Amino acid sequence: MFTVIMGSGRVGARVANELSRAGHEVTILDINGDAFRRLDVDFAGNTLIGNGIDSDVLRRAGIERADAFIAATQGDNRNIMASQVALHIFNVPTVVARIYDPLRQETFELLGIQTISPTVMGANAFLAVLLEGEEPNQAGGGTSGAAPST
Amino acid sequence: MYVIVAGGGKVGFYLARELVEQNHEVLIIERNPRRAAEIEADLGSIVMAGDACEATVLREAGAERADLVAAVTGDDEDNLVICQVCKARYHSRRAIARINNPKNAEIFHRLGIDDTVSATEVVLSVIEQEIPREHLIPLLRLRETDVEIVEAKIERGSRVAGQRIRDVRLPSPARIAVIIREGTAIFPEDDTPILIGDEVIAFTTSKNEAAFREALLGG
Repeated sequence: MFTVIMGSGRVGARVANELSRAGHEVTILDINGDAFRRLDVDFAGNTLIGNGIDSDVLRRAGIERADAFIAATQGDNRNIMASQVALHIFNVPTVVARIYDPLRQETFELLGIQTISPTVMGANAFLAVLLEGEEPNQAGGGTSGAAPST
Repeated sequence: MYVIVAGGGKVGFYLARELVEQNHEVLIIERNPRRAAEIEADLGSIVMAGDACEATVLREAGAERADLVAAVTGDDEDNLVICQVCKARYHSRRAIARINNPKNAEIFHRLGIDDTVSATEVVLSVIEQEIPREHLIPLLRLRETDVEIVEAKIERGSRVAGQRIRDVRLPSPARIAVIIREGTAIFPEDDTPILIGDEVIAFTTSKNEAAFREALLGG
């Protein structure tokens, strides 16, 4: 499986390291070259400095033959835009975006993006600890969208 | 008309001011509270401090009854999200996005945002049309190809003036598609003559442009 990851923060780099260790092909991009310090010394994938909302940069990252795209920058809107480009312009089969803002997550679910919201997941995890034994919260989980096509 | 202007930078500010002068109802949404206060001091109470990318802010701003949302922040991705949230969630009638990267026009269109405005593109097209190329004006480059649509005005002294299409020797690849004569479009046949004053619209490649210009306009 070939995955393009946008954003080499803690989460993006960790996913890249794990995929690389499992023998998958990975290209990770970030606007800041320093961010690649988070990659393991034995990271076997490619790194690319550039802005993932620029379709030329995505093309250079190999998006046209990617099996999966992950948008994990700090900016919700950057993640939303890049993942829609990956999904609708480059037809990447599996696309997942991180969206902090739960309302924006809801909106872009409607537009067909598969999302992960650390805000909702984190809050639910805290609540699960605090309210242990009480009625579970039915307010919804931190992930959404269609199941990844495998 | 009720217009929401998302982004209170220079574009948003002057856009709002013009719209107010034309007696439209306007609301500027500006993320930076200090900038919002500045605009309010200048234009009056038509400013809301808040992040236009957030759905709740757009609801409060009345996106549901907006005739037009103009997303004119400095970031293409923010403008895309603002327009998409307005259209998908609040069914705003029309949403216009400002873009920096001209290539995003096509992308925004495919993501459902038809109206984009790119200052980059406007300046670029002015530059391209202003550069004197002996009256050969590139109109459009076809996406992902080398093919260009060009326009040429046939002046006195051009060697093709008076020739019929079948006799015009053009360097390959080049094809004359339309002739505009006195405001009327003619789809030329083999025996259509080219006259002085005609505007010729043709397909060629950017590589072939120089040779094409010489053949068509040279004396």
